[in-house]
Amino acid sequence: MLARIGLHQEMQKAKRDERRNVSGAEARYKAAQQESRSWIGEDMRSYFARAAISDRGFKERLVAFWADHFTVSGKNQRVLLALGDYLDEAIRPNVATTFGELLNAVVSHPAMLMYLDQVTSFGPNSAVGQREDSGLNENLAREILELHTLGVDGSYTQDDVRQFAELLTGLRVGEKGFYYDKRAAEPGAETILGTSYGGAIGKLSDVKGFLDDLAVHPDTAAHIARKLVVHFISEDPPQDMVEAIASTYRNTRGDLMAIYKTMLEHPASAGPMGAKAKLPTEYVVSTLRALDIAEEITTQNPRVIRNALQIPMQAMGMDVFRPSGPDGWSETAADWITPPALAARIEWAVEAAKEYGQGKDPRQLLTYVLGDGASNELQVAVAGAESKWEGVALLLVSPEFNRR
Amino acid sequence: MENGISRRKLIQNSLILGCSAAASPLITPVTLASTPFDTRLVVIVLRGAMDGLDVVQPYGDPELKGLRKSTKVGEAAGAHDLDGFYALHSGLGNLMPLWRAGELGFAHAVSTPYRNKRSHFDGQDFLENGGQSSDGSMTSAGDGWLNRMLTQMPGTNVTTAFSVGRQRLLMLEGEVETSSWSPDSDMDLSPTAQALLNQLYAKDPLFHDAAQVAIDLSEKMDGSMNVRQAAKAEALAGFAADRLTEDTRIAAFSIGGWDTHRNQNGTLPAALAELSSAILTLKKRLGSHWDKTTVLAMTEFGRTVRKNGSGGTDHGTGGAMLMAGGAVKGGKVHGEWPGLGELELYQDRDLEPTADVRSYAAWALRDLFAVDRSALEGLVFPGLDMGGDPRIIR
Repeated sequence: MLARIGLHQEMQKAKRDERRNVSGAEARYKAAQQESRSWIGEDMRSYFARAAISDRGFKERLVAFWADHFTVSGKNQRVLLALGDYLDEAIRPNVATTFGELLNAVVSHPAMLMYLDQVTSFGPNSAVGQREDSGLNENLAREILELHTLGVDGSYTQDDVRQFAELLTGLRVGEKGFYYDKRAAEPGAETILGTSYGGAIGKLSDVKGFLDDLAVHPDTAAHIARKLVVHFISEDPPQDMVEAIASTYRNTRGDLMAIYKTMLEHPASAGPMGAKAKLPTEYVVSTLRALDIAEEITTQNPRVIRNALQIPMQAMGMDVFRPSGPDGWSETAADWITPPALAARIEWAVEAAKEYGQGKDPRQLLTYVLGDGASNELQVAVAGAESKWEGVALLLVSPEFNRR
Repeated sequence: MENGISRRKLIQNSLILGCSAAASPLITPVTLASTPFDTRLVVIVLRGAMDGLDVVQPYGDPELKGLRKSTKVGEAAGAHDLDGFYALHSGLGNLMPLWRAGELGFAHAVSTPYRNKRSHFDGQDFLENGGQSSDGSMTSAGDGWLNRMLTQMPGTNVTTAFSVGRQRLLMLEGEVETSSWSPDSDMDLSPTAQALLNQLYAKDPLFHDAAQVAIDLSEKMDGSMNVRQAAKAEALAGFAADRLTEDTRIAAFSIGGWDTHRNQNGTLPAALAELSSAILTLKKRLGSHWDKTTVLAMTEFGRTVRKNGSGGTDHGTGGAMLMAGGAVKGGKVHGEWPGLGELELYQDRDLEPTADVRSYAAWALRDLFAVDRSALEGLVFPGLDMGGDPRIIR
């Protein structure tokens, strides 16, 4: 992480020097730019490799879920450079802790602080905030309440957003990564959701105090429970399951393992599959697995990853690492199975089948991939294909394989 | 492996693959009948909350300078005077000839009925749904107002309304079947493969309907564009214009990049350049059809009247909408200006909306497609009071 923050600073410095005609600046900039691109390319490669090769499927799905819940989109190179570390250090180690620990890790990670503009938010009455043109920015405070914790229907007001934004001042990113700067923190206590936090001089523990309370708020329990069910089970979530999870959440104060257990043991988890459309990531990764080319593809250089996976996925509607907003990817099947996006899936799947499905028996593959989940129509179509790869293509474009 | 599973052209003589010249079963029979209307409507959703105060600057209001200390406004900032009170941001300077020709207008201090939570996502859903509730919850069908309007139009078919781009547009979702396609989309399937696909998707309406449209459209469109180019406003507008010169009468697409929390002077021009390019591309590519065309560009809400601490603005309430086209009676900024004084602001932070943005859209629909006022106020925009006619269409 440090190396990457340093790298971005070197890029900016070299650019400044270039403008001042310092000799060698252009070459330095180019070198840093190239190194930065190769980091980002490597992050992308390892993202696909982990998802496609890991034998701990559920854990990878949890990482994907939480990375999406706490979306950081690579809106510029600085944020993109921090994304790999964000996934590895803030999300991945915390998917089996408590929601509070996860929330604290996310809110103190440079990637999130940069993405939602916290790094440019200063207490208007703080030493730093007294400088011209500097003051509060509400972005992170609002999205934490609306998206990450209480939910948009939760019990907060615009005034809570404002007070929370003041409490969050002081969180900064410097050469060594995240740090707390009391000179940037708004002096005085803030009242959020009816409780007062902090005193005359800002402290990091005040922020943590509120995040911990927020994490165990009943609205947060309800919001997270619903989101889990919407993601893992159905966009029209069974209410009793949501309630069961929310109840575990409240009783265990957000113990994530207990929450997953309640979800997995609930009868609705054993219900029929197919209520959800696979996201393009899930679709592409499951195709690589089905064709047994996960390792072959995801150990290629970033350029191949880009051409073979990333660009086709953009046409499927998903620009990996760059969702359009902090609400992340849609959970609605109809948003993914549109005419242009389905056309892109079909195009890509046909090419994949043609390239890698030639030697495979599509009937065996069908059983291997879908078990007894294949419809009669699909079995007939696959068995009746004129060639092996065409049978494989039919499997890959089928609703059964595109749903989960 | 370098080429891997890239988007190589597919081999033509195979069973699954190959270009088909076969008549399209879905579109061909119905396209012969066209709608009785020759007027055209383009709706652009500006996602992320456009700052109406910076785009259409009320520089005649003496309060503005005090509220926006760090930004220059009005002609001093290179903005173009519109009427002595409002000035147009320099980023839309290319549209000034349209203003002078009476083909560009605005409505200021407008908003949907959505209030207080200031969520982009609820705000956008609500803008596209067109319902009434201030908490952002949608009408029970959860469909879009343009789709409900289509139920009132005689003689429509699946190509009458077109959603352009990869993003699904709620505005056009609903009971009436519409088309959706992206300028780069392509899918070469032989007639046999199409038949197999139809069979495979027969019992799954979501896949079946999407595939039907995809099969029909991939035969008509060339799709020779890359994914990045296809996401630019110029490509979206060009594609929309091509459809509108055929059977399509309504097209919609989105332009993002308006969520300027930070360094607004640096970031807003890029979004404005996209909007400007969309409108100029429509004008150019529509040719003589431009005279019959109305473009409405709408956003989920406005932004705070004061700059925030990062040289940007945060989520607000009242904002501005843009209308353009040969069918528009332009050269005017519509709306009642609420003022920017301390007591005039909404919740001491936002521009107070003085009109429902839906009313402008409703009047446009009445004039362009002869939709009844009762249907507009009851069905298309439930609960709307259209008020007096702002006369935005020629």
